[in-house]
Amino acid sequence: MTARRIIPCLDVKDGRVVKGVRFEGHVDMGDAAELAARYRDEGADELVFYDITASPEGRTLDYSWVQDIARLLDIPFCVAGGIRTVEQAARCLDHGADKVSINSPALERPELITEMAERLGRQCVVVGVDSAFQDGEWKVHKYTGDPDARRGAGKRTLDWILEAQSLGAGEIVLNCIDQDGVRKGYDIAQLSAVRERLTIPLVASGGAGAMEHFLSAFKDADVSGALAASVFHSGAIAIPDLKTYLDAHGIEVRI
Amino acid sequence: MDVTLIGYGAGNIASVRFALERLGARVRITDDPADVPEAERVILPGVGAAGYAMKQLNALGLTDALRAFERPLLGVCLGQQLLFETSDEDGGADMLGLIDGRVTPVISGPSRPSPHMGWSRLHIRRDDPLMQGVEAGEWVYFVHSFVCPDGPATVAYADYGQTVPAVVNSGNRWGCQFHPERSAKTGARILKNFLELPA
Repeated sequence: MTARRIIPCLDVKDGRVVKGVRFEGHVDMGDAAELAARYRDEGADELVFYDITASPEGRTLDYSWVQDIARLLDIPFCVAGGIRTVEQAARCLDHGADKVSINSPALERPELITEMAERLGRQCVVVGVDSAFQDGEWKVHKYTGDPDARRGAGKRTLDWILEAQSLGAGEIVLNCIDQDGVRKGYDIAQLSAVRERLTIPLVASGGAGAMEHFLSAFKDADVSGALAASVFHSGAIAIPDLKTYLDAHGIEVRI
Repeated sequence: MDVTLIGYGAGNIASVRFALERLGARVRITDDPADVPEAERVILPGVGAAGYAMKQLNALGLTDALRAFERPLLGVCLGQQLLFETSDEDGGADMLGLIDGRVTPVISGPSRPSPHMGWSRLHIRRDDPLMQGVEAGEWVYFVHSFVCPDGPATVAYADYGQTVPAVVNSGNRWGCQFHPERSAKTGARILKNFLELPA
């Protein structure tokens, strides 16, 4: 079996970690490399770095920065932000990233998932999905890094996730944007519905505010990992305390 | 400590290089078969598909050089799988054949997604210099969709609904199915043990 993964997510803008409520109104949370090293030492199982401005601004991320992070970390990490070709994804891996996550570019050109899986192996290919409840169903949104660029992607969440899996995705990060940044808990109903239909790992994102939210995501939605940002950056939840709590509640974690 | 890393266009050698450098090793990266016989020790990394990796090794002329290498050789992740005879991946691939057996897909099931991605505990089958200072139950990080056959070469394994050989050894050849470069202190210890094997 695998330990349930605790995954701090660092939304990065110009080397600084930022965090907003429902993706809007970003606040500076500190230097990205310093925070990454702190989470490594505290027992984070994996880190995700999102260059939150790369996709809407049409640029890609900084490879030398990826390399600096790779030198620093002895745990796996995933990078995301503006990756829209196999070559860009390969360069991220060449600079030491373990996985790349694609979101809006995969919606625009779903074949990108297959191209990446064939060249790099599906285990490197994470598809991030931003989902919101709209007109009675869960629907996919894109360009969520920028409130001005954000829009509906015209797909139902479950359809898109299953399509991504069949195209070659190795993992899905489902970000429930109704929950994001508001700390009311993960969207267990949506995560459970997706988990039941997937054979690849599913990571929960959006809404973590208390330790019991993580417990519920693992126990009730059976996700492989739970991603969170502000609760870790602000110090509201310390990773060692979270792991002790989960262990005491029968969840297998790496301690 | 000198180590030669085979960079053959199949996977992520940067993170392996950085992990070795954190341990103070001098790392040479090569895709030239002429560099192999004189290497003190060799690491064969690999991410991706077995068929593609073997095609690359064959095209570069590395297959025979690796087979003939007599000092410590460590295959990491896909590199461990390549030590075996054949893989079901890519519709069937012939590999280095240094350890007997066939590599097969990870069997997925409820609460057991495939790829096997994440931290699993090591169970130790037998003593090996690579495992010096590593206790049973320590966690290491796996990412793979295919699994090596369990057999006499198995030194340590993970339980993922099936036995997943995690460390293998046969003669001067070792393999790690997990990523030691991404397995925190346990992974660093295993890499250090490899660097300290008598060459």
